[in-house]
Amino acid sequence: MSKKKASTDYKEKAKAAVNKAAALGEDIDLGKFINTDDSHPYSDDLSRLPKKAKKQMLEAGVMLDDTSQRSGTYIQMDNTPVHSSVSQDGVEVMPVSQAMEKYDWLTDYWWNAVTVDQDKYTANIELNQYNGYFIRSLPGQKTLFPVQACLYLAKDKLVQNVHNVIIAEEGSELHIITGCAVASEEETGLHLGVSEFYIKKGAKVTFTMIHSWNPETDVRPRSGVIVEEDGLFLSNYILMKPVHSLQMNPLVKCVGANATARFNSVLVTGKGSSLDVGSRVILDGKGSRTEIISRAITTGGNIIARGYIEGNAPDVKGHLECRGLILGETGLIHAIPELKGTLAGIDLSHEAAVGKIAEEEVEYLMARGLTRDEATATIVRGFLNVDVEGLPPLLAEELKRAVEASEKEVM
Amino acid sequence: MLKIRDLSVAVEGKEIIHDINLTIKNGETHVLFGPNGAGKSTLLMAIMGFPKYEVTKGSISFKGRDITGLTVDERARLGIGMSFQRPPVVRGVRTRDMVAACLKGGGDDNAIAGLAKRADLGDFLERDINYGFSGGEIKRSELMQLLAQKPELTLMDEPESGVDLVNIVLIGELMNELLEKDCPIKDRKCMGLIITHTGHILDYVNARTGYVMCNGTIGCVGDPHEMLATIREKGYDECIKCYLGRFADR
Repeated sequence: MSKKKASTDYKEKAKAAVNKAAALGEDIDLGKFINTDDSHPYSDDLSRLPKKAKKQMLEAGVMLDDTSQRSGTYIQMDNTPVHSSVSQDGVEVMPVSQAMEKYDWLTDYWWNAVTVDQDKYTANIELNQYNGYFIRSLPGQKTLFPVQACLYLAKDKLVQNVHNVIIAEEGSELHIITGCAVASEEETGLHLGVSEFYIKKGAKVTFTMIHSWNPETDVRPRSGVIVEEDGLFLSNYILMKPVHSLQMNPLVKCVGANATARFNSVLVTGKGSSLDVGSRVILDGKGSRTEIISRAITTGGNIIARGYIEGNAPDVKGHLECRGLILGETGLIHAIPELKGTLAGIDLSHEAAVGKIAEEEVEYLMARGLTRDEATATIVRGFLNVDVEGLPPLLAEELKRAVEASEKEVM
Repeated sequence: MLKIRDLSVAVEGKEIIHDINLTIKNGETHVLFGPNGAGKSTLLMAIMGFPKYEVTKGSISFKGRDITGLTVDERARLGIGMSFQRPPVVRGVRTRDMVAACLKGGGDDNAIAGLAKRADLGDFLERDINYGFSGGEIKRSELMQLLAQKPELTLMDEPESGVDLVNIVLIGELMNELLEKDCPIKDRKCMGLIITHTGHILDYVNARTGYVMCNGTIGCVGDPHEMLATIREKGYDECIKCYLGRFADR
């Protein structure tokens, strides 16, 4: 299909879906927000970005003053890319609009892992799409350091429309750390983000996403991932700061034999926040595997923690673990693990637990001389301690730091 | 010194132990015998200060200080430690973290590795505490933590239960180290109070005084080895009869 024809088709589909409410999550009135492409200046020198923005981005794992441990950087403020650069051969990082001009074949990946008319949010992105990142690792290339990307919400009442495409070509290895942050602590904002991941044969992608919003932000990411034969997709998600509402339910299709997908999510929320976060994995390739682990802590907010695994091929294996901790007097955690198998010989399992910290555990630690607060903090730290298999040491270290920061939010 | 005076303890409103008196001097190890449900564990839990075990009468003093109103952690920091019979699994908290917590100030990796080696738990440091541990591993892990904590009074709830013959030797060694048994008697400070159902541990750890607990009271005080011989020969039923007989004479 020609680029122009494809574009017209997507616009038509999107128009038909502008009022289509999402299947999950509180419905957001898009009329309350502004779709604008007011631009921010492009900057080659990242250290010249405003100090406050840099600090907020750092809290979301994005380092701008010293990028020696990054193989590439993409920064988008509102709807404008303000920086993109690479420091390693074999990796491409650029605004997706630029990639569309550069590569005709990109249309094959556009609205392929996520459908344009999924709901009014995907439709809004297509109809008002300003930009997003394109990250690609070339065949056989392995990034030493992660590529970092930041989507930064600066203007009040703005809709940030983002469409990202990530491609790991055959046999390549790509590590991405993406931080989403917001400038103001009280202004409203809406982040809509489509991310389409394509993990080719034998490729490996680790995607670590840290969200740092404010209590007035609404967030609706829409992610789709296609994993081919022997490919690996590893997602780590951390939500540290309050958010008004966040709903996402990324969908991974393990289409190739022995494809693997792993999700680790750490959700920490307080009063006034409402989260509906899930992960879905469809195991269509023979011998494909998945593990979905989520840890949720509320000190007053509401969390729905979902997980869905579907096994449709021989010898597939999936496990879902959903654990929630209620630390305050109020707050709700609703764990919804789901398994669906369509043939014999598959192995799917789940475990879910929601509760408060067991007094017996606190007292056990107190009997070793820890105060009640120290014992509680140790248990919470342990609860959030998700050992992530396959993560490079540098990223594991950063993940640990982010989890430690979320502990502070709780305690 | 540990001094317990006229102690009564209730659990969920029901009095389980009544008017207990017991004194352990510095350097001494005492043993509690008794049938199931006699109140042995309740006494230990009350000494450690768990809130569920409510002192309704009497007092507990330790090192000359009345600790009846102190919390568990305050008692632990004052020098009381406990080996749990069935400690909880704490997911995500590694055995290493527990040992570090016991070594006030965290301790260094060498100190932790040294303790783990002594308890034959070198491969367990990175595992979640008590998760999937066997009976013997639990006991060794409890004693390893206590060796790090260095309490002056160690409370042990059935250290030999669920432990095989190989493990019990090592457990005996660790207990002796904890109770400073290699130290001349006059220099020993550490005290122990051990619950034993079977008495096997007495083959490995020397104790000075024994008590038989029945129905929430101490029925008998004496030489633990002699007591054990009687219990083995005649069973606890005889102890209860004897106790009831004496009670009737009063």
